Amino acid sequence: MKLFSKKRPEIPIVHHTKEDGSAWTIKEKLCLGLSIDDYKKQFIRNPVNWFMAMILAIGIPLILGRYAFGLGWVTHASNDYPWGLFLGFGLFGMVPLSASGFMLGTTVELFGRKDFHAIERLALLNGLLGYFFAVVFLEIDLGMPWRLPYPMFVSLGPAAVLFLVAWHVATYLSVQIAEVLPALFEWMGWLKGKRIIRKYVLGLTVAGIILSTLHQGALGALFTYAPAKVHPLWISAQFQWIHFFVSSIFGGLSMVIIASTLIINFMNWRCDDDFKDNLDYITIGLAKGASYAMITYLVIKLVAVAHDQEWTYLLTGWGSYYMLELGVAVVLPMFMFALGIRNNWVTLIRFGAFITAIGIIWNRLNTSLICFNWQMYQEIPHWKEVWITVTIYAIYFMTYRFIVYRLPIVYEWKGER
Amino acid sequence: MKKLSRRNFIKGGLATTAAVAVLKEKKSKASGDFDNYPEGMGVIVDLTRCVGCRSCEAACNKEQGLPEPAVPFDDFSVFDYMHHGEKRRTDETAYTIVNRYNPPAIDHPLFRKVQCNHCNEPACLTSCFVNAYTKTPEGAVIYDASVCVGCRTCMVACPFYIPTFKYSSAFTPRIMKCIFCYDTRLKEGKPPACVEACPQEALTFGKRVDVLEIGKQRIRRNPDKYVDHIYGEHEVGGTAWMYLSSVPFDQVGFDTHVPKEPIINSVKEFLAMVPMVLTIWPGLFVGFHLLATKKDRVREMEKEAELKKAKENDEKEEQA
Repeated sequence: MKLFSKKRPEIPIVHHTKEDGSAWTIKEKLCLGLSIDDYKKQFIRNPVNWFMAMILAIGIPLILGRYAFGLGWVTHASNDYPWGLFLGFGLFGMVPLSASGFMLGTTVELFGRKDFHAIERLALLNGLLGYFFAVVFLEIDLGMPWRLPYPMFVSLGPAAVLFLVAWHVATYLSVQIAEVLPALFEWMGWLKGKRIIRKYVLGLTVAGIILSTLHQGALGALFTYAPAKVHPLWISAQFQWIHFFVSSIFGGLSMVIIASTLIINFMNWRCDDDFKDNLDYITIGLAKGASYAMITYLVIKLVAVAHDQEWTYLLTGWGSYYMLELGVAVVLPMFMFALGIRNNWVTLIRFGAFITAIGIIWNRLNTSLICFNWQMYQEIPHWKEVWITVTIYAIYFMTYRFIVYRLPIVYEWKGER
Repeated sequence: MKKLSRRNFIKGGLATTAAVAVLKEKKSKASGDFDNYPEGMGVIVDLTRCVGCRSCEAACNKEQGLPEPAVPFDDFSVFDYMHHGEKRRTDETAYTIVNRYNPPAIDHPLFRKVQCNHCNEPACLTSCFVNAYTKTPEGAVIYDASVCVGCRTCMVACPFYIPTFKYSSAFTPRIMKCIFCYDTRLKEGKPPACVEACPQEALTFGKRVDVLEIGKQRIRRNPDKYVDHIYGEHEVGGTAWMYLSSVPFDQVGFDTHVPKEPIINSVKEFLAMVPMVLTIWPGLFVGFHLLATKKDRVREMEKEAELKKAKENDEKEEQA
């Protein structure tokens, strides 16, 4: 979108009416005020879109093939590793990075920290999209995707952890849609809808905390069904859910830092002054929150090792790998955050956040794939499985970008609100 | 946030609690306490008697209508088959398989039959969120393909790597696993096909309590022949299928590190925490909100009071 950053310094479409007083149509709003030809031109000019098109050109046929020929066509059809990248990355990795919605919702609405207001909507959107695409990944992975509502309405197995995950992700997804809808309503100009939701914002926020605590934890608790399969260092019957929950806190916060960094660098034309001026301050604040969660996480990790008497494992090769994970994915970014907070080095914090988010995914892949069946062979995903995973992620990226381009996420709607 | 009246607050808080309570009511019905059906049937497998003839594999294939195998059942080269450094395992074409082991302590190979062990408290059952599994009073763990979603959590949960998935099917995938010949035989009190086919009497079928006693008796009578352990008596809370061996079980492919209690026990820590969060969190966080926004409200009240005073003053002046 160099078009906007270079040629038109003002933010496009922040109001229902044009300068001459006539109203923008939805079509014009969708095209950001450009003619369709102009929009196409800028779309084709953007090299990122070419890259995405390349991924999709192979990925979409692969996804169709998965539905036509079965999971065995795109994966190794392993009975030893029933869960591969779709869940290891898509569900277990995406969900903690989407904890941002409930974190910032709580900060702003519940604790009344208005100074984080400028980033609240981005955090909510980040949460919503992350969850939504985790469900998309699930729909790729499920053997019978058309039976997704079965655990809710057809055959209930309430004593299972996955039952809790299913219900909570479903209800929380609805909560997040409700939380993001006001942005859409402003943009569409339907203020009544916005006011209705505004009334319930506290209830929604509290529901968000409960549902998040439980299902972030439940994703961890899923692995306590396999106490003999996951390497002891990555599993703890008592603390697994706390590990997953606490790490989702700094995971979610880091993901907002990453998203805001990308947006302020590559979508500067879309940000208003409130967002631009406050972002450094907010980033430092988010890093502070993440640091507290990280030190808590490290302590509970240590407690789990002590509680299960696993010290001797630390001296093995797996132990070194475990400490490498904690060192690179948690301790290192924690120090980067500390330095950044102290000296106001926002760039260092942003790099730290990037490492943290990768670290969360690394941890989830370790638990679900790499240290799973640790006494057996190592499963290496099929290339089609990797490609489909990348494809879904690319669609996630494009959806994210499509929404931030248009809705009042990083700018304030100037029209009636 | 807009001004939040106390009433709205309580409304919001109550709505949340109620919504969550309605959703979770089912959940809090504590994780199932299964009756360990005392009349349940079982099988004891004596590794010292098995000669690796694969008759049980052939019988199972026929009974369950499974596809014809790539290698016929009288071909013993399958014992040398290795995949990813692992011996053969159950898959969507075979509910039971026999593997050969060469334990260092003895001069002849031992054969181990693998099938579903039909746990007393099956991990597949307790992990299933659509209740696709049932432990029948006869002792079988059976599966209902009509409700299965294909999440494969049962495969993750099974400590014996038994359930397999029909990955090859796009439209009718399902879990494929040994069901103790429940539909065709066990229901009528008959032994499963594999037991009936065994020419060596390596498999003994009967009530679980009885075959366990038979196993113990064999160990008592031949203490030199057997190791003093019945695999499955206590493993993961006890299984309907149990094993006797002449060498330590880890030398013949058994996982001796599986917990001695049912798998669900390691999940209970989390399940117990769920109702706490559901009941405590709403009040706790609404309380936090009240505390955190107290200053704002005090300021607002002061402002209102000032306005009121100013108004009164104005009125007084007017009157004067």
